[in-house]
Amino acid sequence: MKGMTVIVKKTTQLIAGIIFLYGIYIILHGHLTPGGGFAGGVILAGSFILLILAFGSDFLHLVREERGSTLYENLAILIFLLLALSGLLVGAKIFFTNWLPHGTPGELISAGFLPLYNIFVGIEVAASILTIFLALVIFKEEILK
Amino acid sequence: MMNPLIPLLVAVPLAGAFLIMILGRFITGVPRIMALATLLLLAFISFWLLITGGAASSVYTLGGWEPVDGVPIGLYLIHDGFSALVLCIISLIGLLSVIYSISYMARYTSENYFYSLFCLMIAGMNGVVLSGDIFNIFVFLEISVISSYALVAFGVEKNELEATLKYQVLGAVASFMILFAIGFIYWSAKTLNIADIRVVFGEGGQGPHYILIQILLLTGFGLKAAIIPFHAWLPDAHSSAPSPISAMLSGVLIKAVGIYVIIRLFFNMFEITVGMAILITTLGALSMAAGVFLAIGQWDIKRLLAYHSISQMGYVIMSVGIGMILMARGIRSEVAALAITGGIFHMLNHAAFKGLLFLNAGAIEYSAGTRDLREMGGLARSMPFTSATSLAASLSISGIPPFNGFFSKLIIIVAAVMGRFYLLAALAALVSIITLASFMKFQRYAFYNTEPGKIQKEIREVPLPMLLSMVTLALICLLLSLLALPGIRETVLSPATDILMDQMKYSSQITGM
Repeated sequence: MKGMTVIVKKTTQLIAGIIFLYGIYIILHGHLTPGGGFAGGVILAGSFILLILAFGSDFLHLVREERGSTLYENLAILIFLLLALSGLLVGAKIFFTNWLPHGTPGELISAGFLPLYNIFVGIEVAASILTIFLALVIFKEEILK
Repeated sequence: MMNPLIPLLVAVPLAGAFLIMILGRFITGVPRIMALATLLLLAFISFWLLITGGAASSVYTLGGWEPVDGVPIGLYLIHDGFSALVLCIISLIGLLSVIYSISYMARYTSENYFYSLFCLMIAGMNGVVLSGDIFNIFVFLEISVISSYALVAFGVEKNELEATLKYQVLGAVASFMILFAIGFIYWSAKTLNIADIRVVFGEGGQGPHYILIQILLLTGFGLKAAIIPFHAWLPDAHSSAPSPISAMLSGVLIKAVGIYVIIRLFFNMFEITVGMAILITTLGALSMAAGVFLAIGQWDIKRLLAYHSISQMGYVIMSVGIGMILMARGIRSEVAALAITGGIFHMLNHAAFKGLLFLNAGAIEYSAGTRDLREMGGLARSMPFTSATSLAASLSISGIPPFNGFFSKLIIIVAAVMGRFYLLAALAALVSIITLASFMKFQRYAFYNTEPGKIQKEIREVPLPMLLSMVTLALICLLLSLLALPGIRETVLSPATDILMDQMKYSSQITGM
């Protein structure tokens, strides 16, 4: 896939980082404000997709990136499951129990497991949307070959 | 103390699926071992729960959220006599399909994707069966059917892609209708918990959309179960998938996400009305009769088997429908119990023999390289085990004693006669005879033909893992007929019937009222 003009590249460089940070903000404040893991993850994936669209990428590079994102996707969802399963071993021994201390409502570090769940859902969603995008691009490149 | 094994039924296959994708990338051979271990563990858990659980039903609240003033909040997993049986067939047929796949899938690439999707499909089905919350049923349903769309297309040839597209489009229509109905339910009942919906609807809060909700849910889950006006996707999808997947789709998926949910919702969520009961019985009788007439003309083995799935599911629906009519009229409740028992028993039997028949079809395709009955000839000599096991399954599906199909069909016909549905009883017997005819055709052309077929290459018996799962299923076909014996029937089948017959028991154990 070929890249775009210098103007597009420069603008993308400027805003991609800000979009990425905004995604992280949405994920971390998931338990306090609207949004959360899913919405933030989509924004994170958006910043990556923007960079790939602007700068282009050769085929082998894309395949390698796709492998990486699949790995992150599976790891994130596995860790999410293990966190949920940890409830079976600790405290009341119930699946999905929120056994961490809940803290003061309204503070960033509070609500026990919820921020952790949000973070891993965020990684999962970002990686899977990136994987879908890359799979479509790879598919097109393969057809063009 | 809640039983911690219940959430593991969903968590274990999910963990298996993700571990396969991670480890399978670095170490070859991990996917099949991992999938095998996952399914073995699941089979152990589900049978353990069936044996120890017995007639009692256990409720598991995720996160420990207890009901507030009798109104359930949070998510519930419910394991009772009916779901225990379905969980057992899911994990048993799943285990045997995985063993079969070890040899069969060696011809395909991307082994890790196959086993990962397989585990996801199992997780989805277990979730549907366990969930006590109608929206969660929808979520798990999507997990299992989306995995099955990908698995149907696993060969990535023209036919597979066409079949999976058809399956996806009709599946999406079904999912839309189900979601639409869930929206209406939430609007009128203000709750999504099945037990709580039952209570709200029972107190007269049915709202103006009550009939529409029922029709939408029947259509949506009817599409998933391939009842006759909604059956168009099934023959293509089930015949194009790799054979172990066909066995899973026909043997388990249409029951777990279709028939099971229809029975569960119409018995335990809605109050049974005569109108809906007659509609369900009619659809069942129609599927039963039309499915077999569509099947008998087929020459492609897997298409023939797929049409028979529609017909056999018709038996289940019709039998349960007869029970519903009798219950709605409030007469002859022991006959209603018999009809429902017959339906559930036939559902279990169908999982065993239809799974086996699809594995046989896969074995023929593996060795002879064709699915067309006219091209085969005298395979009984070169493939003795496949021939013997498929004979067992054919006799079983046609209802010949001492195989399991005979007993369940007998119970269904006896219940229909006792409930004075003489026409339906005669129809069931007639369909059984036509089924026998079409399986005689299958046996004659595939195995006992004296002419040599059109196959040029030398045909040999399939490898050991495939034989192992086929022989095991053939034995299960024989052993399941033991469930008809009085002593065993009371311990295994009756808890399932009781939870359906006793209308308020299901919701009272959850809301605690």
